Amino acid sequence: MIDRIAGFGRFWLDALERFGRSQLFLARMLGALPSLVPRFGLLVRQLHANGVMTLSIILVSGLFVGMVLALQAYNLLQGFGAEAALGQAVALTLVRELGPVITGLLFAGRAGSAMTAEIGLMKATEQLSGLEMMAVDPFRRVYAPRLFAGFLALPMLAAMFSAVGVMGGYLVGVEVLGVDAGAYWSNMQGSVAFVDDVLKGLLKALVFGLVVSWIAIFEGADCVPTSEGVSAATTRTVVYSSLSVLGLDFLLTAVMF
Amino acid sequence: MNSRATEILVGVFMLIFFAAMLVLALRVSNLTGLGSGAGYSLNASFDNVGGLKSGAPVSASGVRVGQVSSIVYDADRFSAHVTMSVNEEFVGAFPEDTTASIYTAGLLGEQYVGLEAGAEDIMLGDGDEVTLTQSALVLERLIGQVLFSRSGAE
Repeated sequence: MIDRIAGFGRFWLDALERFGRSQLFLARMLGALPSLVPRFGLLVRQLHANGVMTLSIILVSGLFVGMVLALQAYNLLQGFGAEAALGQAVALTLVRELGPVITGLLFAGRAGSAMTAEIGLMKATEQLSGLEMMAVDPFRRVYAPRLFAGFLALPMLAAMFSAVGVMGGYLVGVEVLGVDAGAYWSNMQGSVAFVDDVLKGLLKALVFGLVVSWIAIFEGADCVPTSEGVSAATTRTVVYSSLSVLGLDFLLTAVMF
Repeated sequence: MNSRATEILVGVFMLIFFAAMLVLALRVSNLTGLGSGAGYSLNASFDNVGGLKSGAPVSASGVRVGQVSSIVYDADRFSAHVTMSVNEEFVGAFPEDTTASIYTAGLLGEQYVGLEAGAEDIMLGDGDEVTLTQSALVLERLIGQVLFSRSGAE
């Protein structure tokens, strides 16, 4: 019995210790950010790996999410004879919630897992130790560019997601279901505020970008350097970052809106 | 992949981002409304503003001429004090006896302020007060009145 309790205590101690370690890790990464200025090329390469490569999945899912939203909202609004409010419903849902959140989840699955696997494999094949042997700081060379690229890429992808989603809503709502095009846009413009809705949505995405890349890089650098360890770390990245995105989304929504 | 191609792709990525922001700013949220800081303001007191919100459109003959910039309760006059910001190009477009009314766009649509020009020669300027106002139509009150007049008739 005592053993059980001790085991439970050890589990929490380990978890807390790991969390603390990840925070120190984040602090060191943030400290290494200024060194990116003279090495802009590293950032560009990471923006390509994390941003450009995620673009296609973001655009396609954004289009479909917008179309589905228009379809569902139309059925609901039709009951009140308020189909004209379709643009408002689609745009507010996308800009405030679905844009940042779905982009965060997709980014965790597409770019976050890739980051963890890459760094984990670098650790397993002792490339990171090699860098340190050559007096190259992995925080400056490997981690900081990835962190900043994720931090930048996620809000950008979220903006694209929302924009494409609104187009998808237009396709289904106006072209297929026959809502008036003028009503779709003017209702949207009347109810969506640029600072209060669009920029706050992107602020959420900025937070998600930091958290998802932090988790992904930390899990990669902290993994057990075996093939099983790397695969477990990749799984943890996806699980933890998805949970943090959803949890933080609730918190941020409660605070901001 | 060589770094040249990477750089081009990242550049295209940035361009798509700017295009998306442009769509969100101009098409989705009508950022042009923010540029009305150069306009002039008109005040009006309403007995009841209903569901009017700040940022709601101000229109004349159905054409958008500005927006509501603030709504506060005026404790001296026991009424709602609405400040409207009208675009600069409409300076001197509204006579002194202009009527401001609160209308609803459609059955469940948003409420807006409609200005109807009067016939006076003196025009309203910055900070002037529109004295003739008509409150928002509150559906519950209307239903109450109908019920009351029905029961009175019987």
